[in-house]
Amino acid sequence: MTMRKRSGAVLAGLAMAVTLLAVPAVATAADTPNPPADLKAFQKYFKDKFPKVKFEDFVNGPYSMDEGLYKQWKEKEEFPPYEFALDLGKELMAKPFKNGKTLADCFPNKGIGIRQDYPYFDTKQGKVITLELAVNQCLEANGEQPYSYVKDEMAAVTAYMAYTSRGKIFDVKIPDDPRALAAYENGKRYFYTRRGQLNFSCATCHVQSPGERIRAEVLAPALGILNAMPIYRSEWSGMGTISRRFTSCNSQVRSVPLKPQDEEYRDLEYYLSYVSNGLPISGPGARP
Amino acid sequence: MSRSISALAVTLLLGTFIVPAHAASTEADYKAAYAAAESANAEANKLRNQWTTAVSALAAAKKAAEEGDFDKATAEAKKSEQLSKAAIFQTNEQKENWKLIEIR
Amino acid sequence: MASTIRVRATSSGDSTEVQALIQHPMDSGYVKDAKGQLIPPHFIQQVVIEHDGKPVFIADWGPAVSKDPYLKFAFKGGKKGDDLKVSWTDNKGASDTLTAKIQ
Repeated sequence: MTMRKRSGAVLAGLAMAVTLLAVPAVATAADTPNPPADLKAFQKYFKDKFPKVKFEDFVNGPYSMDEGLYKQWKEKEEFPPYEFALDLGKELMAKPFKNGKTLADCFPNKGIGIRQDYPYFDTKQGKVITLELAVNQCLEANGEQPYSYVKDEMAAVTAYMAYTSRGKIFDVKIPDDPRALAAYENGKRYFYTRRGQLNFSCATCHVQSPGERIRAEVLAPALGILNAMPIYRSEWSGMGTISRRFTSCNSQVRSVPLKPQDEEYRDLEYYLSYVSNGLPISGPGARP
Repeated sequence: MSRSISALAVTLLLGTFIVPAHAASTEADYKAAYAAAESANAEANKLRNQWTTAVSALAAAKKAAEEGDFDKATAEAKKSEQLSKAAIFQTNEQKENWKLIEIR
Repeated sequence: MASTIRVRATSSGDSTEVQALIQHPMDSGYVKDAKGQLIPPHFIQQVVIEHDGKPVFIADWGPAVSKDPYLKFAFKGGKKGDDLKVSWTDNKGASDTLTAKIQ
């Protein structure tokens, strides 16, 4: 290969081409989707990596990875910062719309104790329905303004619904429908795909480095990472939803975020919830 | 495997460009560079992996042009285009390679 | 309208431990909004906690205290059933107060 002066990006391109040639074809055995096998391998990976952490404690994220953080968190839980959001959430669930119905009316059991049933694959709509999407679908169906997905009312309502479901176990199902399986696989692919100028995937931090630090933060393991959502995050000085975390993670690795509740995000939530099956809802949470 | 991926990471992160020295850029140079950058950004966006730094470089290019600094404007536009090309490369490369770090 | 103050006070032996969570934006005056405009300072200037009519805790706060401040302290005295009064005033002249029973 003749070496000529080229711009760095083109050099990078050449390096990449050589790299690709060197990479063997990826194993085909795992190309047949097998979510139960994925789940088993996923949970085994984290249990092996953290043998001293009790299974149900994986939902506490960084607190189960760092003793000092754990003590501070336990103290704070006596008087948690998400209390205001809980009060607001309870209020909003019961507040009548212009047409007399309430948000609670859209959900089974008036929205109490059902957080662990989301997300689910809706075969009629042909897509993954997350709790946040369900809330806004309810508002729109009743002629009300939908909430912003990232904080405030959406966080308050999902916080209340999580709180009333504390202890209930995730049991996300993948129905016998090729679209559901495709959504699950899409979420899995998204989770492991590197993106942004920093070239991180979700797995880079939450599979390869849980318990370690990124700047000043202790990283949470991917196992059980959604169980405490939504969270009051000190960094945000306020509440944030799953939508907020997904979009901000994207911009943090310098990838332009998608729109909240875009297909990739809902599929990602579907995958992450499925592989955390067996773990209890612990939300709403408080994080650094 | 991880070594080649970190090589990619380092290269992308550095984003250093060996640009040969040249005469001052004209408005025409800027316009051409901006058009190329816009198109690369749009493709990266279509692939759902536009880089935030490519977006800000494009904005910086436009701003510099408005202020009449076509050297800076052209340089920023070219940077934006190269970042977007790297983003496109990353997306295509990851189409199969995401499986390399999948827990099996 | 619900109070901005939440209090939990528990007495054990000859002292009482008090925790309070106060809902307040605590804007320092140094932060800009999305449009680039400075958000004006809006923060609690004083917190007074009284037991038996006497202040047992006074805090002079400023812009360095974060949003929705949480505070925790203990004082000698107080027993189960006693009243504990928590009040705050901010730089805009607003205030709130709450009386809770020590548990």
